[in-house]
Amino acid sequence: MTTLQRQEVNPIGHLTAEDIESIGRELDAIRDEVLAVRGERDAAYIRKVIKVQRRLEIGSRAVLLFSLFPPAWIVGTAGLSVAKILENMEIGHNILHGQYDFMRDPKIHSTTWEWDHVTPADQWKHSHNEIHHKYTNVVGKDNDLGYGIMRVDENQRWQPFFLAQPLWNLINALFFEYGIAAYDLNLGRNLKSKKRRNDPEFKANVKAVGRKIRRQMLKDYIIHPALSGPSFLHTMAANFTANVVRNLWSHSVIMCGHFPNGVSTFERTSIKGETRGEWYLRQMLGSANISGSKLLHIMTGNLSHQIEHHLFPDLPASRYAEVAVKVRALFEKYDLPYVTGPLPVQVASAWAKVIRLSFPNRKPTKAADHTIPPRMPVAEPVPA
Amino acid sequence: MLSFARPSRLGQVPVTQTLRNGAWRVVELITTPVVPTDYLDVIAPLRNPNVLRARVEAVHRETANAVTLELRPGRGWRPHEPGQYVRLGVDVDGIRLWRSYSVSSAAGHPSGRINVTVNAVRDGLVSSYLLKHARRGMVVNLDLPAGDFVVPRQRPAKSLFVTAGSGITPVMGILRSLVHELSDVTVVHSARVSEDVVFGADLRTLAEQGKITLIERLTGADGRLKPADLDVLVPDLFERETWACGPGEMLDAMAEHWAEAEASERLHVERFRSTVLIAGEGGTVTFEKSGTVVETPGGVSILDAGEAAGQLMPSGCRMGICYSCVLPMREGIVRDMRDGTVTTAVEGDNVLVQTCISAAAGPCHLDA
Repeated sequence: MTTLQRQEVNPIGHLTAEDIESIGRELDAIRDEVLAVRGERDAAYIRKVIKVQRRLEIGSRAVLLFSLFPPAWIVGTAGLSVAKILENMEIGHNILHGQYDFMRDPKIHSTTWEWDHVTPADQWKHSHNEIHHKYTNVVGKDNDLGYGIMRVDENQRWQPFFLAQPLWNLINALFFEYGIAAYDLNLGRNLKSKKRRNDPEFKANVKAVGRKIRRQMLKDYIIHPALSGPSFLHTMAANFTANVVRNLWSHSVIMCGHFPNGVSTFERTSIKGETRGEWYLRQMLGSANISGSKLLHIMTGNLSHQIEHHLFPDLPASRYAEVAVKVRALFEKYDLPYVTGPLPVQVASAWAKVIRLSFPNRKPTKAADHTIPPRMPVAEPVPA
Repeated sequence: MLSFARPSRLGQVPVTQTLRNGAWRVVELITTPVVPTDYLDVIAPLRNPNVLRARVEAVHRETANAVTLELRPGRGWRPHEPGQYVRLGVDVDGIRLWRSYSVSSAAGHPSGRINVTVNAVRDGLVSSYLLKHARRGMVVNLDLPAGDFVVPRQRPAKSLFVTAGSGITPVMGILRSLVHELSDVTVVHSARVSEDVVFGADLRTLAEQGKITLIERLTGADGRLKPADLDVLVPDLFERETWACGPGEMLDAMAEHWAEAEASERLHVERFRSTVLIAGEGGTVTFEKSGTVVETPGGVSILDAGEAAGQLMPSGCRMGICYSCVLPMREGIVRDMRDGTVTTAVEGDNVLVQTCISAAAGPCHLDA
């Protein structure tokens, strides 16, 4: 294995190149088992979730027409928050991964789905499916590590700017969908130079985001409040609350995926000539799960099974729970750390890291971490 | 004075139309990012004007191998002409598969209902699924009627229908709709045994009533029908306007026979699309829009092969995880290079395939 573990103890030091390739084969076998049974149950499941979500949304918005009355405000806001969470997590995220493309239903397809989010689906698919999932936790390649605004690793150089990163993180959590939109646009980098600012593709993307924001804003803050008549301001406040609740929830869940203690990050140079087995191993070590009830898994869009999701991003998410049993056994067999824990613990762990790294390192980082271990000979190139 | 009937300056659209469009735009904003009909689908799937669907109202068993579905098409349906077919999209094990079926009922049912008769074919995923699982209340996807296997408005003086097996289905639709408008009708139908004759009872009743001359040929006992036999069975063969539907060989032989008699323009045929795709290694990939054609071996992805041939291709992760490289396959067969799964598409299918991990397993036509 060629990846450099930015940890005190290399978690894969005991694996041979053959071990890594057989891990790859065993994971492929697990994938094949799911593919063999994927079908009607999965199609029925996603259709049911969509149906429940749409009914919940219609119902909640109907109740919010009377949000002048406090009980209606509370019920409607709670319902709308849940509906928005379901829409983004279990439905949007998973459909946009192509998990349900196998159904050949043009309505439930990664190429046609648009979600309740200010970032247009196609831009998100590029930065998330293509960049983040391919280059998971590779420093300098995968911007999901700190979203470009945070220091998430002891080896990153500290700057005074990072002192405020707990605050950035909180603001990002509250307005997460806008953070994601800016992130998908690669806003920080693209605004820096005039040449990038004037790039026609960037301009078109900015325009598309603007259009989406306008529509989303009009819907939540003008049209629905207007329909509520005397409840205008109350409905507006309810929609704002639901959006913030959804943002806080998805930010928390997503922070748990790659930030908690025990998760590895990788050097850019370490992925050159990576084999399929090595790619799988990087996904295994670079992700963390959340343990909990079935309801929690649904509400997180099964991102509570982040490890399984990163191994098999295009398998129906509702299969991750059954896959997890086999994946975990594989971790144990090869003596690898399967990072998991309850939501509050994982969220706290991620926040603790954000706060700790906002300060300069207490002790110098280990010298060993700066070297790249000698590469094992790689027999075959990465399959395309 | 304001006149509301006057076309407005906005592109000659009447004011009412402008208002309606404006109102509709507001309704669309209420439901953004999806469209209003997406919510309607949850409660009334047949009311969606953008997605044509049909509800199965009844299921009648015709023979051991054939079943007739009575369908009530939803909004957006356009009545068919006798002899036309419709494409049904049926979810078989969660995957939507489309197949064409002839309409077997009379045209012009007041409620717009149509019947299609499905014959189970060997290895036929959809037909055997419908035979086993079609139930009242089931909703299927539907395409508008198509096909030119129809009788012209100027009805012929003499007509002949030659059918074999399930080839009777479109003809039954024609007979049920038009038999009273046709004066001299002969039907030559072949089936293996008498019990296999779909609509056998209906055909015999029509014959008893003197509306048609029915010639039944049982291939189990009398052997296959050859076009030369028709010369004997139907003495005024080439004076008749003829419609034929059945297996390809039968139709080919008939086409030849009619050509020899220089009567080709009197023969109309309907072919079943029974393309059998067998997975091989590699194949010719055709990009239909650009006209690029490339020969690829089995181990090379369509993405790599296309790019090597100068075709502009959408691409992303190049390892099968991001779904940025999908292209519609109009016809053909590909193999997933990771797990060997084979995906096929027949004409009209447009199956989206991931080009970065799919290799040709035979000839493929891509919409790019």
